[in-house]
Amino acid sequence: MYPSRFRYEAPRSLDEAIGLLHDGGDDAKVLAGGQSLVPLMKLRFATPELIVDINNLPGLDYHRADSDGALHVGALCRHADLERSTLLQGTQPTMAAAAPLIADPIVRNRGTLVGSLCHADPQGDWASVMLALGGVVVAQGPQGRRAIPVRDFVTGPFQNVLYPDEIAVEAVIPPAQGTRAGGYLKLERRVGDFATVGVAVAVERSGDTVTRAGIALTGVGGSTIGATAAAEALVGQPLTSESIGRAADLAAEAARPRTDHRGSAEYKRHMVSTFVTRLLSRVAPTQPPAEAPAEGKAA
Amino acid sequence: MTVVYDNVGDAAGDGTVPVRRITFTVNGRKKAAEVEPRLLLSHLIRRGLGLTGTHMGCDTTNCGACTVQVDGRPVKSCTMLAVQVDGREITTVEGLAMKGAGEVGGVLHPLQEGFKEEHGLQCGFCTPGMMMAAKALLDENPDPTEEEVRWALSGNLCRCTGYQNIVKSVLWAAAKLRAEAAG
Repeated sequence: MYPSRFRYEAPRSLDEAIGLLHDGGDDAKVLAGGQSLVPLMKLRFATPELIVDINNLPGLDYHRADSDGALHVGALCRHADLERSTLLQGTQPTMAAAAPLIADPIVRNRGTLVGSLCHADPQGDWASVMLALGGVVVAQGPQGRRAIPVRDFVTGPFQNVLYPDEIAVEAVIPPAQGTRAGGYLKLERRVGDFATVGVAVAVERSGDTVTRAGIALTGVGGSTIGATAAAEALVGQPLTSESIGRAADLAAEAARPRTDHRGSAEYKRHMVSTFVTRLLSRVAPTQPPAEAPAEGKAA
Repeated sequence: MTVVYDNVGDAAGDGTVPVRRITFTVNGRKKAAEVEPRLLLSHLIRRGLGLTGTHMGCDTTNCGACTVQVDGRPVKSCTMLAVQVDGREITTVEGLAMKGAGEVGGVLHPLQEGFKEEHGLQCGFCTPGMMMAAKALLDENPDPTEEEVRWALSGNLCRCTGYQNIVKSVLWAAAKLRAEAAG
């Protein structure tokens, strides 16, 4: 399969890239990892007239923590970089758990977190993780930079709020209010499939008291779902089996699953509740009764 | 290198087929090519360079048969544009057995030996991709566990379902490479 014909530019600076996008208008597309865009172009679902390949832009492959603890992930930081990151393993348990579950190991060598957010697949894993963590996308265009919270970034399936001449240059995860805990669990039929159900949980605690919580759901609605009521039910108290049970119930209520080839709506809703319980129980101060080992990883 | 563009329609002859000149290294040998931007890396390798060891399986980023290394990292070559390897270094399955710098066709690489010894291939279609993914694992981790091998190969599909022996083959190669390194 071939993509339809397009013009290709590989700029060496961000300003040049933005200029190319500005001139290209609606028919231009940014190419980073290309692990979603190239397949879509081969299937002719996407037929851009101009491809602006940003892989030669210097200094965008970073992920680093600020002195205040905010994590910055550059537009060319690959999933594999995050999977191998000791920084994430120590400080970002939800991201560290999700990174090895994105697509498959070879796709992870090319694909990028920022690109996944821009692609805005309603079943993308990173969108849930970023939503749970209160992440922000930083976009740069001819008018300068702006920061867009992930919850406002995606406007629909495969749609985001970027202007045609803007490039998402990094994602930022704000510093934790206290100590971070959490994880990501993904039920998938096989490696590389989209999630049947995915759940991201992020809690921040001062002592045992939860100061901030985020819960987001993948694959159980027409878009990524932020289970805000479930998360709010955890704040201001330690994690107990009661608060965990309430959050699990509220998260299951927030889900909007549909029966499809991956499972019934009832099963998916049940898995949301199960995953929320598992993730929170693992980080609760006194472990409630242990459950069967789950798929994926959590910390 | 000559690439013939099929079915160019109105774009023929009026110079509107955009072509870019790229230079890159394949299995240690420097190459230059003129390619249309929509040419896939897998097609550059198979048709342009005649290196048909890299297989096209699903053409949809699933199966991993087309896996090659670009700058040392395995990628699915059906999901990368040929123009993107400008200035980069590609290793294909042919590059595993080298006679010397830039010349393929020497003695088998321990991975190739391992697949032979442990019956790691049945129809053989997925094998080049399996070996290139395994090579990246062993470069990074010379002593992987069985679990780590399975994890590293989880982006490569074998329609014969011969995974058991593929994993054994990689472990065989790892042991041989470690023995060679120990002298």
